[in-house]
Amino acid sequence: MVEHKLSTQQYMVLGLVALCAPLGDSCLSRGMTLLPAVSLAHPATLIAAVFTPWIAVGIALLIGFFASYLTALSWADLTFVLPATAFGNVVVALFARFWLHEAISWQRWLGVVLITVGVGFVAQGPSLTERPASEIDAPKNIALNAGAGVEKADNAELVEKEAVR
Amino acid sequence: MIASTPSAWSAAIMIASVVLCSTVGEVLTAAAMKSIGDLDDIRAQSGLKGAIRAVVTCPLFFAGVGFLALAFFALLLALNHLNLSLVAPASASLTLVTNAIAGKFFLKENVDRRRWTAAVLVCLGVYFLAH
Repeated sequence: MVEHKLSTQQYMVLGLVALCAPLGDSCLSRGMTLLPAVSLAHPATLIAAVFTPWIAVGIALLIGFFASYLTALSWADLTFVLPATAFGNVVVALFARFWLHEAISWQRWLGVVLITVGVGFVAQGPSLTERPASEIDAPKNIALNAGAGVEKADNAELVEKEAVR
Repeated sequence: MIASTPSAWSAAIMIASVVLCSTVGEVLTAAAMKSIGDLDDIRAQSGLKGAIRAVVTCPLFFAGVGFLALAFFALLLALNHLNLSLVAPASASLTLVTNAIAGKFFLKENVDRRRWTAAVLVCLGVYFLAH
């Protein structure tokens, strides 16, 4: 069996999955904290919030996340893609430490290390489960076999005719 | 605002609802994308419009998105009654494990020792990150 290895472009799609979700969430969070408190009694303020710059950028990034997530699922297993999405938590922790200069406890650093090791573990293996050719090409094989059957019958008929001659 | 502290059972049921809806949604979406085929190939053949058409004409995809929407509302409900520091890590970590199980049994993915180890490591990592 050939192990499915990813191309550079596919790794970039996984990178987008890991980056777009935390960046989008951060933009939404930033945008919502800049707004005055939103009450459920005035839902129109939530709709107006969509058009503020931070939230609009956040939504665009989350659309980018969903598009790259769907693309990744079309050529890789769910159990391969999900750890990549969890890597977003590491990105958030690193942003918080080096961009926002937040203090990060040793438990969080341990979490960062565990997720990184976990993602590295999965990335070393095949991205897609190999299916037996018979399972994938079942309809094609049936059609081919049916074709072969017709051909065999034609041949038998020809042999019979030759024998009669 | 957290109205009142719910019992351990109702907290467990709320978190379980998030995990269940999220897992069903992820599995259906993954099954939909596998049935559609490699989107990169489709885009190369019929362009971006063709790729979008392939996705939006797949009923399984909408079933998956429906369950993901349910998971979102279940999360909102859970956040209304429970603390974020409990709901976020619990649902995120448990969903990773349930997805690995569902991937093995429903999507017939080859969840070998490497993937189980990764699921457990990431699960523990998410737990520690939330503390």
